[in-house]
Amino acid sequence: MNTLEFSIIVAAVSAVAGFLGALTGLGGGVVITPVLILLLGVDLRYAIGATLVSVIATSSGAAAAYVKEGFSNIRVGMFLEIATTIGAVVGAAVATRTPASALAVIFGLILLYSAWDSMRQKSEQAAPRGCDPLAERLRLSSTFPGPEGPTAYGVCRVKTGFGLMFGAGVLSGLLGIGSGAVKVLAMDRAMSIPFKVSTTTSNFMIGVTAAASAGIYLSRGYIAPGLAMPVMLGVLAGSMLGARFLMGARVRALRLLFGCVVAALALEMIYSGATGKL
Amino acid sequence: MDTAEHDRGVEVVIGTLLRWGVVISAAVVFAGAIGWLAHSGAQPRDYLHFHSEARDLRTISGVLAGAARLSWAHVIQLGLLLLIATPVARVAFTVFAFWGERDWMYVAITLLVLAILLFSLLGGQHSI
Repeated sequence: MNTLEFSIIVAAVSAVAGFLGALTGLGGGVVITPVLILLLGVDLRYAIGATLVSVIATSSGAAAAYVKEGFSNIRVGMFLEIATTIGAVVGAAVATRTPASALAVIFGLILLYSAWDSMRQKSEQAAPRGCDPLAERLRLSSTFPGPEGPTAYGVCRVKTGFGLMFGAGVLSGLLGIGSGAVKVLAMDRAMSIPFKVSTTTSNFMIGVTAAASAGIYLSRGYIAPGLAMPVMLGVLAGSMLGARFLMGARVRALRLLFGCVVAALALEMIYSGATGKL
Repeated sequence: MDTAEHDRGVEVVIGTLLRWGVVISAAVVFAGAIGWLAHSGAQPRDYLHFHSEARDLRTISGVLAGAARLSWAHVIQLGLLLLIATPVARVAFTVFAFWGERDWMYVAITLLVLAILLFSLLGGQHSI
């Protein structure tokens, strides 16, 4: 296979992954890495570097659309980014000293969790203000556009959420993914932030978190321009198309199907890592 | 004091900034890709084995120098660097936004995030 053919195949695969990732809310990056490794035989470190770059592109590209809806909370995002960026730097530093087989197993487990998470029921319930005094001191409480005008919501368990966000940052730096599922877990579950606010704020944060480990990846030589190029352009094109289709698309069956594909990739990653094939 | 309305205005500006960052970096990567594939598209290439990229593809100064020579791989890498810089620019802009609000606590929080990002981006450069 020459460089041109390889680039076209990678770009096509990335576009499909980006498209499905945007439609199902799983994100494109989380499936690209295993496809590059398992199907195209790319080294895990190159795959991680290329995916991380594409994660910045999709997060930043989608931000403008999300902002218009008025759900994202800039203070919650910025405050929690302290935790995710420190975590990402730690994760990226650890990644260069961790064997590929161990990374593959961790990756598979996170992938399994993401697949399961994408299928669970979401709640839009707003917690009362004053739920956590620390949240009031940090002025994290805000409003979101509800069906009957602006709806106020409070923020709970700030310290737990901050700790989970550090974990999300470590995983992001370690595996080169956005770890959106863990970020949403921290905000939606631990901090009781309404789901739509959690997902849009998480999307906002993903780019900053990824940028924190990207510098370390670059200086270690994990970002190969020839591989990152088709991945980034493909994912970007696919996810932009996917976001456009999202309006009025019936995604329930698709989400289930995609979840199963992701789960299968996850098991394959864990198997390959555990048997030392990577 | 209701800051939600002001925050939204800030976020719209930030959203636009991010989109332009992505558009510009994608255009640079695309231009580099055309040149690179036209030049070395017929060569066999695989990423099966990790061998770390060349030194001048791993440093900001190396990438800039290579791109100035119109080395296509460096042009692609420059586009990727611009992409990495986009969220950093977003955080830097947010410092000014909170400054305008005289929200010193969030000016400090945002400056801390910016410092971590710059440490990661520039700190690794010296250890190569």
